[in-house]
Amino acid sequence: MTHTAEPLDDNRRQLLVATSVVGGAGAVALAAPFVASFAPSERAKAAGAPVEVDISKVPPGEMIVVEWRGKPIWVLHRTPEMLESLKAVREKLADPDSEKSIQPSYAKNEHRSIKPEFLIVEGVCTHLGCSPSAKFQRGEASGISADWVGGYLCPCHGSMFDLAGRVFKSMPAPTNLPVPPHKYLTETKVLIGEDKA
Amino acid sequence: MTSKSGLLQWIDERFPLSSTIEGHLTGYYAPKNLNFWYFFGSLALLVFVIQIVTGIFLVMNYKPDGTLNAAGVPVAFASVEYIMREVPGGWLIRYMHSTGASAFFIVVYLHMFRGLLYGSYRKPRELLWIIGVLIFLALMGEAFMGYLLPWGQMSFWGAQVIINLVSAIPVVGPDLAVFVRGDYVISDATLNRFFSLHVIALPLVLLLLVAAHIVALHEVGSNNPDGIEIKKKKDATGKPLDGIPFHPYYTVKDMVGVAGFFIIFFAVVFFAPEGGGYFLEANNFIPADPLKTPPHIAPVWYFTPFYSILRAVTYPLFGLDAKFWGVVAMFAAVLIIAFLPWLDRSPVKSIRYKGPIFKIALTLFVIAFLILGYLGVLPPNPMRTLVAQICAVIYFAFFLLMPWYSKIDPCKPEPERVTWK
Repeated sequence: MTHTAEPLDDNRRQLLVATSVVGGAGAVALAAPFVASFAPSERAKAAGAPVEVDISKVPPGEMIVVEWRGKPIWVLHRTPEMLESLKAVREKLADPDSEKSIQPSYAKNEHRSIKPEFLIVEGVCTHLGCSPSAKFQRGEASGISADWVGGYLCPCHGSMFDLAGRVFKSMPAPTNLPVPPHKYLTETKVLIGEDKA
Repeated sequence: MTSKSGLLQWIDERFPLSSTIEGHLTGYYAPKNLNFWYFFGSLALLVFVIQIVTGIFLVMNYKPDGTLNAAGVPVAFASVEYIMREVPGGWLIRYMHSTGASAFFIVVYLHMFRGLLYGSYRKPRELLWIIGVLIFLALMGEAFMGYLLPWGQMSFWGAQVIINLVSAIPVVGPDLAVFVRGDYVISDATLNRFFSLHVIALPLVLLLLVAAHIVALHEVGSNNPDGIEIKKKKDATGKPLDGIPFHPYYTVKDMVGVAGFFIIFFAVVFFAPEGGGYFLEANNFIPADPLKTPPHIAPVWYFTPFYSILRAVTYPLFGLDAKFWGVVAMFAAVLIIAFLPWLDRSPVKSIRYKGPIFKIALTLFVIAFLILGYLGVLPPNPMRTLVAQICAVIYFAFFLLMPWYSKIDPCKPEPERVTWK
């Protein structure tokens, strides 16, 4: 194919460029719904709706697991003895004051909760998302160590947490277990997943 | 092609049939000294076909549904059991597909090692090599998504651990992880999008990349164990003196490779389909349970070298989590392979004429890679982490120091014509 060198028609070329730009913008706009479809659907968001828990049904020293956004949420009723253990382990913790950890401001205290006796925390290890197991027995009976005062042990990579979900030093998990947003509707009813009034 | 039959003539006037056959088979000249290492390219193509065909038939009975059925078992998990127990021949098709996944990585790893041995990535085959690395990446994505589909405990928690790595990316990480899953946890939404990507998107990408890989190969011609260009010595008709037509010579030779491959492949399919717990992990015979983590999570064997590199990074840096740098190191470990054509400064291509430094470096690299792979299936402890760190350093040093050691390495002179060894 041989072309005779005709002078470039600038008007036609400009029209060509303008058409391409408009077409390109259309193609990008068309991509938007496809990309958006990857986000959680309305149904998935609805399943992430807050859940209401009646804490009066949790006896002291015991824990229940409720599901919020498909994640296990622990509701632990701590005894005075359990609360005492939070002070005892302080020196062994990686982040005792939860400076680097995720929790609402009202749970950024030693017991990491609104009411000291009730711990509400996500039972999901901050390392790679496994669910730690409860190890509430003290000492040798726990199978961990003689000076164990109760807490949680992640089966995946061995991270250990105290009874406020705070991680011990030199563990694979970088931070304490996250506290989900929650608020008390009454003295005994707590709403997990929402804290705005 | 002087006496074409009427039909062929008719087709050729409308479609380049004869010229395509000649260009890629009967008139494509490959070096005459290709040894058994050159089986693995055609075997990779064979496994690709096995995966496509068995995959088409699996989809006819598999259901990507994470909800529980009347018996309280996830539908996806139950549909795999159904294929195994009730679909006639279903067990064979499924075991061919699951064994095929591991076989794919075995032949691809050997195919890549062949490239390292004979310098197949060197000029003029840089693009061919880069397309190959892209195929490897796409294959890893394909395998990762496919592993979620049986919806067993290892499918679920393996995906949970790997997708959580995304959340280590600063600022956008946690939102990006939700975006990838389509939910706040691994769920039915995740299963369905992985299914779609596994059976439609990535196979199409792989098909296009494989076609591009072959087109690029036939443009530059195969390398050979001597690492010299056969196109430099041509006869009067312009054919390479050391070349033989791909068909019939290499089609017949490759069939020997296929026979050998099938003996091993079907021995595994029939007698050890679980591959000793490495091809199909024991925990994956338990339905996925989002509230209960199995005691030990390990990826399938073909990911373990890179998983070990990820876990070997235990130091935070520049205020970012060790987890984030682990992810960076894992992807860097794959992508660095693409830079080989520019890292190797040796005057020769093939290991036959390279000096002792390269031979030692390659040996250390292979040992480090195998150790990383072994450590990746074990739970970590301080000793293993240290060994993995040393091996990860060797892995990267093999690439990053290559511009220096390949230059000072005392090489032997390359021959003028290919040799028989």
